[in-house]
Amino acid sequence: MMRLSPFTYLAPRTLAEAADLLAEHGRQTPTMVVAGGTDLFPNMKRRQQEPKVVIGLRGVPELRGISTDRDGWTLIGATTTLAQAARDPHLGQQYPALAHAAHAVSTPHLRTTGTLGGNLCLDTRCNYYDQSYHWRKSVDFCMKRPESNPAAICWVAPGSPRCWAVSSSDCAPVAVALRARFRLVSAAGERIVEAGDFFRDDGIEYLARRPDEILAQILLPPTDRSWRTVYLKLRRRGSFDFPILGVAASVKRGNSTVEDARLVLGAVGSAPVDATELAQSLIGAEPTTEAVDAVAAQAYRGARPLDNTDLNYAWRKKMARVYVRRALADAARLDLHHDSGQVGAALL
Amino acid sequence: MAETEAAMTERGRQLGASPTGRKQHLVLDVNGERVELLAPVHKTLLEVLREELDLTGTKHGCELGECGACAVLVDGEPILSCLALPIEYGAPEHRIVTVEGLAGAVPHPLQTAFAELGAAQCGYCTPGMLITAVALLDADPRPARATIVDALAGNICRCTGYVKIFKAVELASARMSG
Ligand SMILES: Cc1cc2nc3c(=O)[nH]c(=O)nc-3n(C[C@H](O)[C@H](O)[C@H](O)COP(=O)(O)OP(=O)(O)OC[C@H]3O[C@@H](n4cnc5c(N)ncnc54)[C@H](O)[C@@H]3O)c2cc1C
Ligand code: FES
Ligand code: FES
Repeated sequence: MMRLSPFTYLAPRTLAEAADLLAEHGRQTPTMVVAGGTDLFPNMKRRQQEPKVVIGLRGVPELRGISTDRDGWTLIGATTTLAQAARDPHLGQQYPALAHAAHAVSTPHLRTTGTLGGNLCLDTRCNYYDQSYHWRKSVDFCMKRPESNPAAICWVAPGSPRCWAVSSSDCAPVAVALRARFRLVSAAGERIVEAGDFFRDDGIEYLARRPDEILAQILLPPTDRSWRTVYLKLRRRGSFDFPILGVAASVKRGNSTVEDARLVLGAVGSAPVDATELAQSLIGAEPTTEAVDAVAAQAYRGARPLDNTDLNYAWRKKMARVYVRRALADAARLDLHHDSGQVGAALL
Repeated sequence: MAETEAAMTERGRQLGASPTGRKQHLVLDVNGERVELLAPVHKTLLEVLREELDLTGTKHGCELGECGACAVLVDGEPILSCLALPIEYGAPEHRIVTVEGLAGAVPHPLQTAFAELGAAQCGYCTPGMLITAVALLDADPRPARATIVDALAGNICRCTGYVKIFKAVELASARMSG
């Protein structure tokens, strides 16, 4: 049996209490918060993460729910479940790509307990890390979880000084493309960070969140119908599997021309990769297949997938071109009818 | 560790703290019955159901959220008991239903349909399938095939190839609403 090791469980009722507990216990012993537990508990069972104190956020009402403020921002409580986010009518209408990404995560059961905040704070993943204790011990522990081995290396890139575990959240690239902001709360106060600054390109220190901070809210800027955002996910099976490539594309169209465009790739690095610079070549002209193809070709050249997730990495690199092309064309309301059938429906 | 436990004292108790390893008083509503037991907080709902309450109908497959064999209903929604802490699902706020709670005097129509159509071979996935299908038919009494496929997308079956399972859900749905 895969069992959890013992820990102390705390159930605060308010966000302030939760932040106090995290600060207080975090000072003396490994302490983590848990929302849905669909990432943390499997990791704890495999002994990848071993908090001695676990602070449950489930009983904190102010962390749940979706609302709007006077300036037209949409505020999503961090422990809003993925199922709630996926079926929320307001999100579905204003930010369909986020609702779609939430729906594309894992399975119905996991979306019922898994939360949006947990998804954004998801631990980075790697074929050499997401394994049982005994598996990792037998090949020798890697640097993301070195245990007592000070000379632990990265098994994917043994010559590299860093860890290449992959950001595998479906909602993270969409949050970056939507230019979302995150409200972080600690006992010492609170701050707002841009989604793009929240994720760090390091498999170990993958978030700019301090250990004493709780992600309280996801803030989405006002949008209108001139913007269209699309999220496409590549994975082996149509359910269960983490993305091995996620493409979020946003295009703002005026009467006929593109006024703004953004592009963010998920599951190709330790953080979502913001390739907006490439997509901005579309600005100022009517979107064409050729222009979209040119962006896709550049994204293909820039993509450097490693051999640490599911399926062949050379193929994943090729798929970056296909998916960027499709996502951008869709976001630009451009019809690409002629290349359907290039990959099986199961991969969508 | 002793330090942490000491720091937790009075305020910790108010917050529902349950110290490391020590057994915790739990009150659960399982299949309409109120049960009280002592278990350490790190025992999952799956482990408590099977090992403390002898409700072994709920199966342990992967224990990592990757198969759906351990699904139970909490407040009418299927969740994975292998990744749930019982302390978060206490009575009277929450109601838990396992496969043992589905049949009344006669089997649930889904159970009958599964048996009649051979929708179970080894049967290991069946409790999770039934629990998930019960919630589906509650929410949508006459689901389309695509809706059934979506609802059961978190339940793995290594034997049947799924088609008979989908047909059994359709048969039960027709009988229940006809
Ligand atoms: C079989 C399986 C398949 C999966 N497939 C996918 C998939 O396809 N795509 C995908 O993106 N994910 C997938 N997941 C991962 C996971 O289920 C989701 O990412 C989920 O949204 C995590 O949310 P949670 O609330 O359960 O997180 P938890 O497990 O509660 O927390 C995850 C991490 O975030 C931290 N955390 C949680 N909430 C906060 C907060 N408010 N403030 C600060 N830190 C916080 C925790 O300490 C922990 O480190 C899968 C998991 C499983 C088991
Ligand atoms: S045993 Fe819970 S999902 Fe497999
Ligand atoms: S009947 Fe054997 S796993 Fe489904």
